[in-house]
Amino acid sequence: MTQGQVVRRLVKPAVFVGAFVPLALLLLDAAAGDLGANPVETVTHRTGFTALTLLMITLAVTPLRRMSGIGALATLRRPIGLFAFFYATLHFLTYAVDQTYLSGLGVSPAAIVEDVVERPYITVGVTAFVLLIPLAVTSTKRWIKRLGAKRWQRLHRLVYVAAIAAVLHFLWLVKADLFQPLVFAVVLAVLLGARVVSRRPDGPRRRREPPRALPTEPTGLSSRS
Amino acid sequence: MLIRRPDDIPSSEITREADYWNRRKFMGAAGSLAVGAALGLTVPGRLLARAPAGRRPGQEDELTPLEDVITYNNFYEFGTGKDDPAEHAHLLRTRPWTLEVDGEVHAPQTFGIEDLWQRFPPEERVYRLRCVEAWSMVIPWLGFPLADLLDIVEPTSHARFVEFTTLLDPEQMPGQQRDILPWPYVEGLRLDEARHPLTILALGLYGKALPGQNGAPVRLVVPWKYGFKSGKSLVRIRVTRDQPRTTWNVVAPREYGFFANVNPEVDHPRWSQARERRIGELRRRPTLMFNGYADQVASLYAGMDLRRYY
Repeated sequence: MTQGQVVRRLVKPAVFVGAFVPLALLLLDAAAGDLGANPVETVTHRTGFTALTLLMITLAVTPLRRMSGIGALATLRRPIGLFAFFYATLHFLTYAVDQTYLSGLGVSPAAIVEDVVERPYITVGVTAFVLLIPLAVTSTKRWIKRLGAKRWQRLHRLVYVAAIAAVLHFLWLVKADLFQPLVFAVVLAVLLGARVVSRRPDGPRRRREPPRALPTEPTGLSSRS
Repeated sequence: MLIRRPDDIPSSEITREADYWNRRKFMGAAGSLAVGAALGLTVPGRLLARAPAGRRPGQEDELTPLEDVITYNNFYEFGTGKDDPAEHAHLLRTRPWTLEVDGEVHAPQTFGIEDLWQRFPPEERVYRLRCVEAWSMVIPWLGFPLADLLDIVEPTSHARFVEFTTLLDPEQMPGQQRDILPWPYVEGLRLDEARHPLTILALGLYGKALPGQNGAPVRLVVPWKYGFKSGKSLVRIRVTRDQPRTTWNVVAPREYGFFANVNPEVDHPRWSQARERRIGELRRRPTLMFNGYADQVASLYAGMDLRRYY
């Protein structure tokens, strides 16, 4: 098998299976009653942690592709990005249900808006989630054509902002032990730094390359191979 | 999904060991509901009702099941995860153990843990525990009034505060191997708060000696304040003239005041304190002023601006 075939036939299916593992474990634990004393908190934490992890993996695809020279790796970016969005959606919905049906105050959109505006860590968390929505929607080939590769690429750079907001969200909510959010912060810094470094020497020339190259360039929720 | 029938549990009894396991089935259902709700599915209202965990005569609050009380803990000396204390507390050696009581007192004394059990036979006190993180429990403690111990050491006329120090030993308390907080953990009360009849030193819960994760072998319990005020695994009680430098107040003074009285009207800078999730319930409930003990303790703070002295 060529490297491309290995990616398509082995790695990609493994990614699909792997991305469902956190959800499967969550449902199994729920069925077995192993979500602990505070199940809502457990679901919130685990979906959030998975979303953030998958977001980092999405951002790692392009640097890995450049370093390894295995172009087919780019096909992993869209599914992983969409899985990140899927878990972010579960995370957000858990929060939304907690703030409405489980708030003990009845369902009040005003209350949720107030919470989002008043609590900085909620504000940045919701920002990260909202920024991912247009990226998930426009992750298809049709949308690349419709927007044009260049505009599409520019739009999908929002994933950087979303990732920074998501890490900030995590950093901001912990009480004293910053270890886990700082690990994410360092990983994100490395992933973003890798892009700055790879751009610098041939940055201006790269932009003049024919559009053919462009769809493989943008990071985040891309659809092209 | 198995939901136990409510009439399976005698509501007047302490939850028996078998029941802790049965309630896991309920929590499983609750968990599935949370996931289901997250997925936007409809939640049948009747399933939100929780299996009773038992209630003491004359008490309106249902006890939090023992399993939750001993597996969901904030005790950073054993790690910052809620399940870390239950996992690592076996490293704690609670015999022999001494509690030193000194400072602004006429008769400083060191008590062995057995002395405490003998000299201050503990009685059961069912208290609500409200964590600063907006969750709460109802725990049947075994304890005695701190005032009884203070009477024995005779505070001097200079005594104004009481400082409580937790054990410092990174080998027994692996969480102390990381500088998450400045160790050892120190908490403090004003002398009148310390002498209040609701303030107890607890030696046990649910009729037995304290498990390590709950602050064995002796801890403070101040039910009208956020949980972090109630120092665990105490090795020293020092009566002082000046206000003690308490751990969370030193780390984040804007977020954790010296008083830390439960107050639904004064939010934590990062989250609301108006409501709380009682462990075992899915729906939040309103937080009560002074955690529902206002009748007994509000007079301690007469004339004080509770927004300023949070």
